[in-house]
Amino acid sequence: MRRRVQAPLVNGLLLAAAALTLFPLLWMVSVSLMSPGEASSYPPPLVPERATLGNYRELFGRAGVGRYLVNSVFLAAAVTAVSLVFNVAAGYAFAKLRFAGRDRIFKLLLGALVIPGQVAMVPLFLLLKEMGLVNSYGGVIVPAMAGIFGIFLVRQYALSIPDELLEAARIDGASEFRIFGAIVVPALKPIIVTLAVFTLLGTWNDFMWPLIVLTDKDLYTLPVALASLSREHVQDNELMMAGSVLTTLPVLLVFLALQRYYMQGLLAGSVKG
Amino acid sequence: MRVDRAAWWFVAPALLVIAVFFFLPVVAAFLISLTDFDIYALADLANLRFVGLGNYLKLLQTPLFWQALGNTLYFVGAGVPLSIAASLGAALLLHSRLTRFKPFFRTALFAPVVTTLVAVAVIWRYLFNTRYGLLNYALGGLGIDPIDWLGDPHWAMPAIILFAVWKNFGYNMIIFLAGLQSIPDELYEAARIDGASIWRQFASVTLPMLSPVVMLVGILTIAGYFQLFAEPYVMTQGGPLQSTVSVLYFMYEEGFKWWNLGSASAVAFVLFLLIFAVTALQLRGKRWIGG
Repeated sequence: MRRRVQAPLVNGLLLAAAALTLFPLLWMVSVSLMSPGEASSYPPPLVPERATLGNYRELFGRAGVGRYLVNSVFLAAAVTAVSLVFNVAAGYAFAKLRFAGRDRIFKLLLGALVIPGQVAMVPLFLLLKEMGLVNSYGGVIVPAMAGIFGIFLVRQYALSIPDELLEAARIDGASEFRIFGAIVVPALKPIIVTLAVFTLLGTWNDFMWPLIVLTDKDLYTLPVALASLSREHVQDNELMMAGSVLTTLPVLLVFLALQRYYMQGLLAGSVKG
Repeated sequence: MRVDRAAWWFVAPALLVIAVFFFLPVVAAFLISLTDFDIYALADLANLRFVGLGNYLKLLQTPLFWQALGNTLYFVGAGVPLSIAASLGAALLLHSRLTRFKPFFRTALFAPVVTTLVAVAVIWRYLFNTRYGLLNYALGGLGIDPIDWLGDPHWAMPAIILFAVWKNFGYNMIIFLAGLQSIPDELYEAARIDGASIWRQFASVTLPMLSPVVMLVGILTIAGYFQLFAEPYVMTQGGPLQSTVSVLYFMYEEGFKWWNLGSASAVAFVLFLLIFAVTALQLRGKRWIGG
């Protein structure tokens, strides 16, 4: 009896919540297809009178957004590729190889997780300036080549690789690098995908550091360019929505395709305490 | 020990990057915060002077710094409980046996978390528009007069909090959901046999079993909310009347707009100490309660 009241209530509440989370995103897509000025009327229209891709044409034409898209894609891909190699190798070593001071170094790294990254920003900027990397792709890539969180994520997963497997390969005379390539990497595949998705989305969405280190407009990533465009074009609703679609749709699609891996990483990462 | 030498090849690249581009800058940040590093020192290091705690003392006499601190505490104090309540509520609904289409709802509620902050901040700036914004339109339907969300110093921070909760609650929702799933069914059965109502079950089974997760989520969320920056940068530029200048926003302007890098480093350190102190306090509180 009570179930008959509760089930609609629970599902109704969820439906309302989902409407609240999805509405701004759907509305963004809808407004991006409106003609200039259409959204600035009262009552606010929900769907375009005549859908047009004009805003996207304007973005790629006059606003030169293609350039920012290329920057974002390149930086996200480069950071992900390089940091995966460094973090996976280190995470595996912390889990399975023996070296002097291993546990002490790992504890130090874990402790450092409480330090917010912004503390390092001023000296990092000066350091990169000395290295000639400010205002270059390198300014974004180089400091992101390895990260404590990534190492931690890989280490936790690598602990489950059976030692016998590695020992057997060693007895067969395989070098450590061969073991890494032939046994460890395949065994770590799920966590590698997880870390790749995390890094890719994190780099794509990152805002504060690219804003600081990339001062030349030609090097802007999409979020930095969008923030700067939105300050110039406060009134151009429809154009800005097209920019928002372009900025956030790629990551949403990546997430939808690899959701399972993302959620696993989120749960594994939150245990860090 | 062949293994020992190879191990260093695996860890050295990552450790080198972290040492040079994270640990070194953190230590340097403290040293720089003791100097008057500014645009002249940027041009020529000969202009650099040691000022001791001068930057910190000057901050204490800067009204905008206090306001930024107050704004940030407002954001954390109101935003974190709201965010955690929304996460817990959504997780309980998703966990319910009566829920249908669970995977769809889970993805839908989580979607804002993976969106690009700048992009969705731009959307919300329009939703908050006084004249054409859908939020005021919806409120108008309820007979509420239009609110100047981002233009009124009293409403700008609540607007940003609302936006931040929308953007972030899905993250903790997933963690709570995992926590709920790990509570053994027998506990609920036992409670039901004892005739406990739904609310009673929530208060005496769910909450106590979930409390370690709530604790963890609380610590991580507070640390995250202290780092408010992009929301005011995009939506309000710190205004109106500096009512949305956060500590990080203040640091950004001090350091990378006015190039007072010594003072900016001091701000960054104050923020770090603040987060550290709050985390330590929570951990101690947990021990005191007996967690």
